Amino acid sequence: MSSHRSEMRRTAGAPTLPARAGLGLKPAHFEAVLSTCPDIGFFEVHAENYMVPGGSLPHFLERIREQYALSVHGVGMSIGAEAALDRTHLDALAALVARYEPQSFSEHLAWSTHGDVFLNDLLPVPYTAATLARVCAHVDQVQSHLGRSMLLENPATYLEFEASTMSEPEFISEVVRRTGCGLLLDVNNIHVSCVNHGRDPHAYVRALPLDQVGEIHLAGFATQTDAAGDPLLIDSHGAPVAEVVWALYAEVITLTGAVATLIERDNDVPAFDVLLAEAHRADRTLCGQAGQNMADSVRVRRVVQVPA
Amino acid sequence: MNGAMHVGQGDFAAALLDAGRECPRGLRTWNGSDPNARFAVYRNNVLVSLVDALADTFPVCCELVGETFFRAMARVFVTDHPPRARVLAFYGREFPAFVSTFAPAASVPYLADVARLEMTRLEACHAADALPLPLSEIAAVLATPAQLPGLRVRLHPSVAVLRSKYAVHSLWAAHQGEGDLSAVDPMLAEAVLVLRAGFDVRCVLLDPASAVFIDDLVHGAELGAAHHAASLLDPAFDLAAALGLVLQHEIITARLTGDHDHEHTC
Repeated sequence: MSSHRSEMRRTAGAPTLPARAGLGLKPAHFEAVLSTCPDIGFFEVHAENYMVPGGSLPHFLERIREQYALSVHGVGMSIGAEAALDRTHLDALAALVARYEPQSFSEHLAWSTHGDVFLNDLLPVPYTAATLARVCAHVDQVQSHLGRSMLLENPATYLEFEASTMSEPEFISEVVRRTGCGLLLDVNNIHVSCVNHGRDPHAYVRALPLDQVGEIHLAGFATQTDAAGDPLLIDSHGAPVAEVVWALYAEVITLTGAVATLIERDNDVPAFDVLLAEAHRADRTLCGQAGQNMADSVRVRRVVQVPA
Repeated sequence: MNGAMHVGQGDFAAALLDAGRECPRGLRTWNGSDPNARFAVYRNNVLVSLVDALADTFPVCCELVGETFFRAMARVFVTDHPPRARVLAFYGREFPAFVSTFAPAASVPYLADVARLEMTRLEACHAADALPLPLSEIAAVLATPAQLPGLRVRLHPSVAVLRSKYAVHSLWAAHQGEGDLSAVDPMLAEAVLVLRAGFDVRCVLLDPASAVFIDDLVHGAELGAAHHAASLLDPAFDLAAALGLVLQHEIITARLTGDHDHEHTC
C-alpha cells in the first residue's frame, strides 16, 4: 500500500533501548531516582500521564531523561478502534516524542475509545481480515505521524471472538510484516492469555516474529476463576512478577537474545528498592544469556568429550 | 467472513458502562463457560480504574463521607460521566456539579465545594509554568502610583480564587492535619486563593473583599476596577494588604499594557 513501510523497518541508526532491565517511572520515585542515580537501563512512562501543560511531571521527566534512556508507552491511542485515530491525540503524542526524544515508542493491540468516550481499559479485538486492515492502517498512520517506527504490544485478554479467523500470533505477525513495526513482547500477557484461553505459551512464543522484538514487559497478575471454575488470570500490574513468568521470560530470552526488559508495576507500587531488585533479577537473566551466547560461540570451536 | 456474530465496539462499550446488560453476543470462551463472568473483568477494570482516579483527585471528599459512600457515589458518576479525554489527569471536572445534585449527599451540603477546591488544586498542580515578574519590574510599577489604577497584570496560570458559602479552606486544612476538624463550623463562608509555588500547590485563606480583588485580577480587570469592586463589598478593604499578599506569593507573571495585552515579561 505504501513505500514508507520498508523505511519504517528499524535500522541500525534508529534509537533503541539498551538491552537491559528498566522500570516504570513513578512520581513517588522522582526524588529517589535523581538523588541515588540507580544503575538501571531505562525508564518507561505512560505517554498520556505527561500530556499536561506544566508542573512537576514534565520537569522531572526532563531531568531524568537527561540521565537515562526513555521508553514512551501509550495507553490511549486506541489503535484497535473501529473509528479513525484521533488527530489531536496524534499531535499531542508527536509533541511529547519531540520533547523527550525517547528511544522507543510503543502502543497496544487494543481499543479504549468509543465515540468521544475514553474507557481507560485495553479492550480486545477480533482477529479478522477487516481488523487486520484497520490495525495496519492505524499503525502506519502513527508511524508516519511520528516519523519513526513503533512497537506493538500483545494483549492480555479474557474473552475471544467467534468471528476471529486467525490466531493472535498470526495476526500480530502479519501486522509486523505489513507495517514494519516492532514487537513489544509482554511475557506476562502471554502467560495470562494462554491460561485464560487454554493455549500453549511455548508454542505461542515461537509463532511470533521474535527477531522483531524491541522490548519485553514483565508484570504480576491476579488469579480469579471463571464461571466454569477454571483459572482466570487478570493482568493487574499489582504484584511481583510470578515465577512462572520468570521461567517463560528465560525461555524467551534464549530465543530473542538480550532485549530491553521492563518491570511493570502500576498498582500497589512498592518502595523503589523492591522494584530495583526485580529489575536486577531481569538483568541477571539478560547477562546470563549474553554469557551463554559467548559460551556457545566458544563451544563450537571445541571438541567436547562426552563420557560413554 | 466465517458467518459468526460480529461484535461491534458500540455494543461492547455500552455493556461495559451498564452492569445491568448482558455481554454482547459473539464472544466465546475456550471452556464453554459463561462469557458474562469474563466480560465482568473488563467492566470492573473500567469502573474501578476510573473510581480510583476520582479517589486520587478528591481525597478530602473521600474522607468526609467515608470510602464506601464515596466509591458508590463515584461509580454513579463514572457511569453517567465517563471520561471524554484520553488524558485522565483532569478527569472529574464535572464531579463537583454532580455531587451538588447527588441526592444521597444532600446532608453534606459543603461536599461539592470541597470537591471544587480539590479539582482547583489539581488544575494548579498541572498548570503551565511561568516565571514571576522580577522584583525590579514590580518596583518600577510601584514607583509610579499614578499608573496603578490602570494597571493590568497576568497572574500565574495556576492561580484561581474559590469563593464558597462553606468553610472549604478550614475543612480542607483540617484534613491535612492543620487544625481540628471538630472545631470547624462548615457553614461559615470562606474564600481560598489556590496557587502553585514551585511544585507546591498552596491554599491561602482570603477575606471576602480580597477574594473579589484577586479574582478580578485573574480575569484581567484593571487594578482600579478590582479595587473598586472589593471596596463595594467591604468599605474597609485594605488594598495595600491585598497587594502585599499578591507580591508575597509572587503570582504576577506579566504586566499587561494597552488594549492589546502587549506584555512586559521577564
